[in-house]
Amino acid sequence: MKNSLNREIPDGLKPFQSSSDFRHQERRLIPEKSPVDQSLFYSSLEAAFLAMDIKPGMTLSFHHHLRSGDQVINQVGELISKYDIKGLTLAPSSIFPEYRLSDLIIRQNITQIVTSYLNGPVADTIAKGHLAGELIMQTHGGRARAIESGELAIDVAFLACPVVDKSGNGSGAYGKSACGTLGYACSDWRYAKKVILVSDTLVDKLDSYQLDHSHVDGVVMVDSIGDPAGIVAGTTKITRDPIGLKIAEDTATLLTELGVIRNGFSMQTGAGGTSLAVADAVKKVMLKNQVKGKFASGGITGYYVDMLNQGLFEHLYDVQCFDLEAVESYHKNKNHIGISASEYGNPFENKSAVDRLDFVILGATEIDLDFNVNVTTDAFGKIIGGSGGHADTAHGAKITIITSTLTKARIPIIREKVRTITTPGSDVDILVTERGIAINPLRTDLLEKLSHSRLKIMTIRELLDLTYAIAGKPKEIPSGKKRIGYLEYRDGSVIDSLYDSPLY
Amino acid sequence: MKTGVAGTKESNDAMISVFESDMLEIEIQSIVDLMYHDQIEKVIRETLKEEHIQNIRVVCVDKGALDYTIRARLITALKRMKSDD
Amino acid sequence: MMQTADVFGADSVIFDLEDSVHINEKASARNLIKDYLLGHPVLPSKVILRVNAPDTADYSFDLQLLDTLKIDGIMLPKASEKSTKALAEMLKIKEESLGRQFDIIPIIELASSFLELKNIASVKGVTGLLLGGEDFCSDMEIKRTREGKELWFPRAELAIVSRALGIDAIDTPFADVNDDEGLTQDALMASSLGMTAKAAIHPRQIPLIHAVFSPSNDQILWAKNVLDAEKKASKNGLGVFSLDGKMIDQPIIKRARTIMQKAQRYEVGVPENEE
Repeated sequence: MKNSLNREIPDGLKPFQSSSDFRHQERRLIPEKSPVDQSLFYSSLEAAFLAMDIKPGMTLSFHHHLRSGDQVINQVGELISKYDIKGLTLAPSSIFPEYRLSDLIIRQNITQIVTSYLNGPVADTIAKGHLAGELIMQTHGGRARAIESGELAIDVAFLACPVVDKSGNGSGAYGKSACGTLGYACSDWRYAKKVILVSDTLVDKLDSYQLDHSHVDGVVMVDSIGDPAGIVAGTTKITRDPIGLKIAEDTATLLTELGVIRNGFSMQTGAGGTSLAVADAVKKVMLKNQVKGKFASGGITGYYVDMLNQGLFEHLYDVQCFDLEAVESYHKNKNHIGISASEYGNPFENKSAVDRLDFVILGATEIDLDFNVNVTTDAFGKIIGGSGGHADTAHGAKITIITSTLTKARIPIIREKVRTITTPGSDVDILVTERGIAINPLRTDLLEKLSHSRLKIMTIRELLDLTYAIAGKPKEIPSGKKRIGYLEYRDGSVIDSLYDSPLY
Repeated sequence: MKTGVAGTKESNDAMISVFESDMLEIEIQSIVDLMYHDQIEKVIRETLKEEHIQNIRVVCVDKGALDYTIRARLITALKRMKSDD
Repeated sequence: MMQTADVFGADSVIFDLEDSVHINEKASARNLIKDYLLGHPVLPSKVILRVNAPDTADYSFDLQLLDTLKIDGIMLPKASEKSTKALAEMLKIKEESLGRQFDIIPIIELASSFLELKNIASVKGVTGLLLGGEDFCSDMEIKRTREGKELWFPRAELAIVSRALGIDAIDTPFADVNDDEGLTQDALMASSLGMTAKAAIHPRQIPLIHAVFSPSNDQILWAKNVLDAEKKASKNGLGVFSLDGKMIDQPIIKRARTIMQKAQRYEVGVPENEE
């Protein structure tokens, strides 16, 4: 059947209506996990695993705060393999290339995957059609909603936790594998049937912590939960590419013309090189005009920590720490606040961070003439990411700006229709490229404000035609024939389907 | 056998090698093959026609070069082959 | 990357066939520039070609690129009176057959060039002089420094000769692309001596150079006032008039117009009243 964006979705599932449809829906909450008398300390991960009595058909969850350096998911994976438990659903909040899940998928130990970001060998394995069941891709906020409503029912949550105390309280703030905030673990901790903290640093008593022992069934101390080099290996340097810098400058000029860089404003950018260049350009405007912002949110890097320390923002709302400076600041600075994925982007959360954003700067692998954005698959149909917070912030922020070059290695970023809709065009307002800026026609207010802009404002069709004139029109690569999964929007409806890639 | 090479394997460039041959052979290895193979081949054929060359083996290793780059690299490779001793 | 050479807002883009191209790659570079100029749909607003020195075999092949009709000017390295005049002769023939004019920008980078500065600058077709700071210091066997005091005199002389002949005085590039403050100081120094433009070696230098060489708010306000007064005076049939107690005649009106043109070119708005 087709949804409101004219995308084919599996029968029997709720079709996407609109990005604000959730306002007509009731918030559904299952009961929170009942308090645990005492968190048990297991002698090994294997002991804890066996004690959880994991059976076929169960759902196991993980967070991804240890990023590429995560060893917990791999250690649990080895146990699944050892005891050859079949038919499991795995629900890690993201899957990095270092997560060794391919064999488990091929041997049908894992038959379903629910995640918000997917890249690397596991993506390839699934794209080749090895996953017996569905690949369900969610947004960060949508995952929180799915867990609290019971739609994503977690049997056991294995939560890597950099430091725990003897009572079973857990924190990510320090320890040899410190990762900062554990925002993506909060919903799991609150609603999973069983919660196991896996840690490598034990202290007597934690004065402050994110995961309270009352929901922790068990704790396991291992030698190492993760490799620090992989944990904080975000790309956190401002790009040096002149084109990226120009796009960043133009974005800052645009924001200035729109009058949004003013006292009390809030913003979010990604953590990549160009996003940081935008943050840097905005910072220069703030310093020049002596503007103090209310908050910056999202994945936090040292760059934003500097801005907080310089008094440019009152607070940082952190859902993920990308580097050591962010981890340090989260630990020490009371204005650097860790928030849960729910507080970040759950559409049913009152005053979520995304809803309070004045603007957000995001990327895209593709954007189409209706401003729909794809950050899930690339031009070849390979799965290279996922919404993460993209669809959440795009809806919540007053102004959503996509920055991108017109082409990447000759391949146009603007398409007639995107291969996969991650974020609907109704939530995407502006595209900034090195050759021009396109405004979504729905935003007559922005078009009005920019009518005398000194920037080059064009229609998105004009930008596409220019791209074709420069790079030539590419041959259309049709989607694969086999459906391998689908994209679940923030409210649980299905916004698009996923297919195997013609590359394979 | 006379041969000529031009261009690099850097991003947005193409390395084109030409070899004497008694028939027309065009090999293209491109990072954007699925999308632009036909276009790249078209540019190579048109350029060969303009240079009045019918039989030659062209090997193009493409890293996302635009048409003008492919043309220029091919022309340089042909020139170098001509003066190859 | 050539394909995005036009997006950075440079007033001219120089395509270099001389020092930045290895001797074995000169022909390859020529072919690339030729096909780029003929095939790429978006080109810089002004295209300058730095050719190889006239005593090289490449020189005449480089000039053949003018046949593309996409080149606006030729930059001549180590220019002398003789070489500049010779280039002007060749260009005259080209201009007649191609039906368009070409600018000549001699690069002043030898001590000997300074003896012939006036003669080089007055060759027909020369629209500006570029100071080649690095090679000049090399020729002089003096040190090239960040502060640039060693270029104080050459810059001043270039600026004066250029002004007298109504052409541009283009300052040498600032080598450290990461030193914004150094670049700004360097550009300010050149500008304060009367130079009218500066070469950039990285796109990120362009906005900083524009900021120094584009008219200031005060200058624009002044120019606007002069032109408004001129309009009024001409309505009343007056050719010369006074403004703020000063006599305003043609040269001053011309200067005001140049400022407004520059302001428009750099899209520097006429300043509003501060809130």
